[in-house]
Order: sequence, then structure tokens, then C-alpha cells
Amino acid sequence: MPLTKEALLNMYRRMLTIRHFEEGITEFSRQGLVPGTGHVSIGEEAVAVGSCSALGDKDYIISTHRAHGHLLARGADINVILAEVLGKATGCTGGKGGSMHLSDFSRQILGTNGIVGAGINIAGGVGLAIKMRQTGQICLGFFGDGAANRGTFHEGLNMAAVLQVPTVFVCTNNQYGLSMPQCKACGNIDISARANGYGMPGYRVDGTDVIAVYEAVKSAVDRARDGEGPSLIEAVSYRLRGHSMRMDQMPGGSDYRPNGEVEDWAENKDPLKIFRSKLKELGYINEKEAEQLDAECRQLFESAADFALNSPEPEPETAFTWIYAPEGVK
Amino acid sequence: MPERQISYREAVAEAIKEEIARDDRVFLMGEDVGVLGGAFGSTKGVYDAFGGERVLDTPISETAIVGYALGAAMAGMRPIAEIMRVDWMTICMDEIVNQTAKMRFLSGGHPDVALVIRAAAEGGIGLGGQHSQSFEAWFVHIPGLKVVMPSTPYDVKGLLKSAVRDPNPVIFLEPGVLYGVSGPVPEEEYVIPLGKAEVKREGKDITIVAWGTLLPKTLNAAQTLANEGIEAEVVDPRTLRPLDIDTIIDSVKKTGRLIIAHEAMKTGGVGAEIAALVQERAFDHLDAPIKRVATPDVIIPVNRSLERLVLPQEDTVVEAVKSICS
Ligand SMILES: Cc1ncc(C[n+]2csc(CCOP(=O)(O)OP(=O)(O)O)c2C)c(N)n1
Ligand SMILES: [Mg+2]
Repeated sequence: MPLTKEALLNMYRRMLTIRHFEEGITEFSRQGLVPGTGHVSIGEEAVAVGSCSALGDKDYIISTHRAHGHLLARGADINVILAEVLGKATGCTGGKGGSMHLSDFSRQILGTNGIVGAGINIAGGVGLAIKMRQTGQICLGFFGDGAANRGTFHEGLNMAAVLQVPTVFVCTNNQYGLSMPQCKACGNIDISARANGYGMPGYRVDGTDVIAVYEAVKSAVDRARDGEGPSLIEAVSYRLRGHSMRMDQMPGGSDYRPNGEVEDWAENKDPLKIFRSKLKELGYINEKEAEQLDAECRQLFESAADFALNSPEPEPETAFTWIYAPEGVK
Repeated sequence: MPERQISYREAVAEAIKEEIARDDRVFLMGEDVGVLGGAFGSTKGVYDAFGGERVLDTPISETAIVGYALGAAMAGMRPIAEIMRVDWMTICMDEIVNQTAKMRFLSGGHPDVALVIRAAAEGGIGLGGQHSQSFEAWFVHIPGLKVVMPSTPYDVKGLLKSAVRDPNPVIFLEPGVLYGVSGPVPEEEYVIPLGKAEVKREGKDITIVAWGTLLPKTLNAAQTLANEGIEAEVVDPRTLRPLDIDTIIDSVKKTGRLIIAHEAMKTGGVGAEIAALVQERAFDHLDAPIKRVATPDVIIPVNRSLERLVLPQEDTVVEAVKSICS
């Protein structure tokens, strides 16, 4: 079934929300308001939104260090996510997890991860529980091109195929793992081709095209829901900013990229520009409406900023909680 | 009627069977745990009782075994994951330390992280440098984990059942050399709470805290010492995190002397932690320096007499006691 106008506009709205959120926190980081660091996904919004739009309400996701977009695409509360990035008491982890440890259990977002490649096995395990409990859900596990070179990728995908779990593995190939270009980190840059070796389908899609991502993930999700097991999807996109907000502020922190590369992708392959043109072509939006939507999404961030900046710091005693289950919990 | 005697490995398998039957969220996964019944026979009969739905033979993928168990726990299951030997938990330390142990904290206190990660531990059967180690100290160092290391068939059954029911991740270490040792285990169901030490032998002259393979060795040593007029009190912590330090302190207050005996390496071992805690809390009750009996900082050799030489034995304990009890 093709996506409706309403669904497409909703996807565009989510992509814009992610963009404004991440531009906003980048500015906050420059002002010293973000403890530690954070990894923005500017240029990769189509992967987050295309993938999450293919999920049902009850489906799970597991994500990575570069996860704001995944959380927002899945409908997590922008106020709570921003508060967490700022280390505030009102954040999803009470300010104790920060940008790399976001979750929303009410939306089956079971957490993001500071360890590259660690989520792959966890996503497989969530799939295993779904299969054993016969709940009809699926789990989508995000990871990066860098993570695909960890041993957990091999163990996790092979195990998924062996156990036939309903997990869809989505690799956001943004072409860099920190400073390492993917073409220098892989003998074969086609990560999706590895799927065949594990006995599952693999698809390589244009990760700047939100509809293409949606369609590929949707078919993998349908397949998993029909009990036909896991799939691997590689969505090729580009990280338009530095590895992390902190690194972007370091002198020379982005010098590893060839001259003109970032500018070229920003000019010609920005997923938001591409999608906006597409929506205009379809007659779903005009310039004025596009600007209005843009302002609305900016406003979403502004009001989240109001909430987060005015939120309290965590109480000192919270440093000692959530290490073990409370007494009496079974 | 004489009480039923079963082996340590049979007690492990029985606990797993009872827990799988009791709770349909419980399942077993690991290398060779199913059809074979475990590389050391400690899961024999579990597959026959429940089949492949609840007993998963996995590929040789330690990171995936623990990572999948964690993911399954977060989505509502209660996995028992087996890593064949604790030596190979080094391969999945990220999954244990950075993922499992921290999941509750890093997820806002929410998730179910109820899983047991079992492994055979310690040496004594000539398996050499990569198959003989005692890594309990590695895990005792990690907030978020519980660490259990039972030494008798009775204890392993009751503690494993509690570990499965515990809402926290539990590292459950089974001394491989004890799998074949039998002891009384009642037919009726029972559990032993985590975090409770047991005084295995009463005495007034010295306290010896011992676990793992050092427990039976220490009990033998205590018998030898008794023949020579020294009454040793032997305390088995059974759970190393949380440690039942109160029971140890109470004993030291009574005896005034303390030895900690474990098979793990001396440097950075749990014995050092117990010694530090006792001097913090009962310094005035000590009549002699605290001593540790442990493996010196070497690699465990295969050769029988070399292995015997480096691993603490019954007479190592006897000598250590005499050195502070004369
Ligand atoms: C196991 C591990 N190794 C290294 C790091 C440091 N690190 C954090 S992100 C990153 C790059 C990851 O690349 P990729 O998987 O492609 O994700 P991306 O950052 O591009 O989204 C590295 C090396 C880490 N956090 N974990
Ligand atoms: Mg990358």
C-alpha cells in the first residue's frame, strides 16, 4: 500500500523535528550546556524516519550512540529527550545516562548504547523473547557501518539466522566510523552482501531517500512478522557533521574528510531537501506550507528547550539508585 | 530413611529443570547445553524434559549468548545463559560489564534485567592456563551484578533457584572439580537466599573464610587441625556480591584470627577485599595479622604435580593456620 499524503507529511515533519533538535543541541553544546558530548545524525534523518515509519506501535527498537533521531522518529517525548541530553532530572534517565543512553520503555524503545556494536546482540535477544512469547511484535536494531566490523555483528547476525528471530537489522552506513572512511575499513563496502553468508536477505538502499528506506524496511518487517526470520538492511547516507559535537569543536576535528565532500553531500544529497522537492512534485506541499512546517518544528525544539533548561538538576541521592532492583521486586 | 545423595552437577540440572517448569519465562541457552547436556554434564536431562523450545544449543558465540540473554530478559524472559567456562567470559565482558550490569541504571531504572550467567570455574583437573581460572573478583568489582559461587550440591541447588528468581543479573560460578562430588539434597523443594553466608563448621580458635574448591579442602584441614587441638571455624560466604560480611565479622569477633582461602590469584583477589573490610570493622578484635591462602600469581600449569604445587591444598591451609595460631 503506497504511503498516504498524510503519512508522508508526517514523515517530513519528523525529519524536520530531528534536524531542528540536533541543530539546537549543537548550539547548546557550543554554549557548554551539554555535559560530555553527543552525536548528531544530521544528513541521516531519512534512515531514522523511514525505518521507524515501517514499525507498528508495539514493535521494539534498540539503537546506538547516534540515536536522537531514532527516538524522535519513534515518537518519544522531545522534552524528556532534550532534558536527558542536558543531564537534567526530568530526562528519561534522570540525567544519569545522557545523549548515549536514551530510552522510552512505554514506546518499546529499549535503549541506546555507548558501546559500538553492542546493540546488535541485544536486538537479536529481544527478537528471541518475542518469538518465545509469540507476541507478534518485531525488533528493529540500528547500528553503524563501523559497528558492522565488530565481532558482535558476526555473532549476532548468525545467531539471528540460526534462531530465526523476528529482528530487522538496519545498518546506517554514513560512510564513516569516527575518522575512518568506510571504504578503508571494509574489504567489501557492500555490507548488505554479507547477509547472504548468514542465510538472510540483505538489501542496500539509498539512505537519503526516506521512501526507499521505508519500503525496504517495511518488507523486512512484514517478512519477520510472518515468521520468516531476520533481514539486514544497509541504508547508505552521509554524516553531514563531525563525529560528535565535542569533536566538531576541536581544531582539526573534521580534517579527515576530502575537500568539498561535505559540501557536495549537503548541496546535493541532503535528505530533507530531497524529500521536500519530492513532496512539492507530488503537490503535497508548497513553499509557504514548507516554511510554516519548518517554523513549527523549530518551535517544538524551542519549547522543549524551555522545559529542559528550566528543569532541575538531579538530586545527589539519585547517584546511588537503579543499580539493583529495589527490595521486594520479584 | 537416609537422605538422598546426588552430585553437584545433578543438583545444577535439577535446579534448572525445576525453574523452567515453575516459570514459563525461564529458559536455558548456551554451547552444548541441550542435546549433549553440557560439556561437563551439568545440564543433563534438561533438554529431554523440555525440548528445543526452552533449551537452546547455540553456536560458539559468547558475545551473542550473553547479549541475546540480556535482550530476551529486557523483553520479559528470564534466561539462564551458560558460558562453558569462566575463562571465556573474557570474550563477553562487554556484554556482562557494560551492558548487563549497567542496563538498569542506564535505562532509567526500568527494565527487567533478570538473567543468570553460569559458568564452570577454577582448576584442579589439568586443563591448563586458559581453562582453569577463578575470575570471581572480576565480577565482584562490578556494581549491578550479583556473584554466587556455591561449593556443595545442597547449596548449588538452592542458590541457583534463587538466582533465577532474582530480579538482578547474577554471575553463577560452579567449581568444575566439584561437579562429581555428591552430597545430601532433599527431594522437597527449597531455596537458599543470595547474600547469606553459612558457618560450615564451628570453632573458637580461628576463622577461615573459604569458597569454591577451597571449601572442601578447608573443611578437611579443619579436621586435621582439630586432631592437633586447634578448633577452626569455617565460613562459606556462598555469595560474594553482596557479601555477608556480618557473619564473617561475628566469627572473627569470636575467634580473633582470620584466614581467607580461595583458589583465585592472590593479587587483587576477593580475599584482599574481605581482609580490608575486617580490619575496617573489627581491627580491635584481631589477635594476629590476617592471612590469605591463594594461588600465587602464575599461569596454571597442566602437569599434575606443578598444578598441585601452585593451587592451594589442604596442607597449605593447615600451615597457614599454624603460622598464626601458635
Ligand atoms: C567498542 C567501541 N569502540 C570504539 C568506540 C568509540 N567510538 C564511538 S562511536 C565510534 C564510531 C562508530 O562508527 P559507526 O558504527 O559507523 O557509527 P557512527 O558513529 O558513524 O554513527 C567509535 C569508534 C566505542 N564507543 N565503542
Ligand atoms: Mg558510521
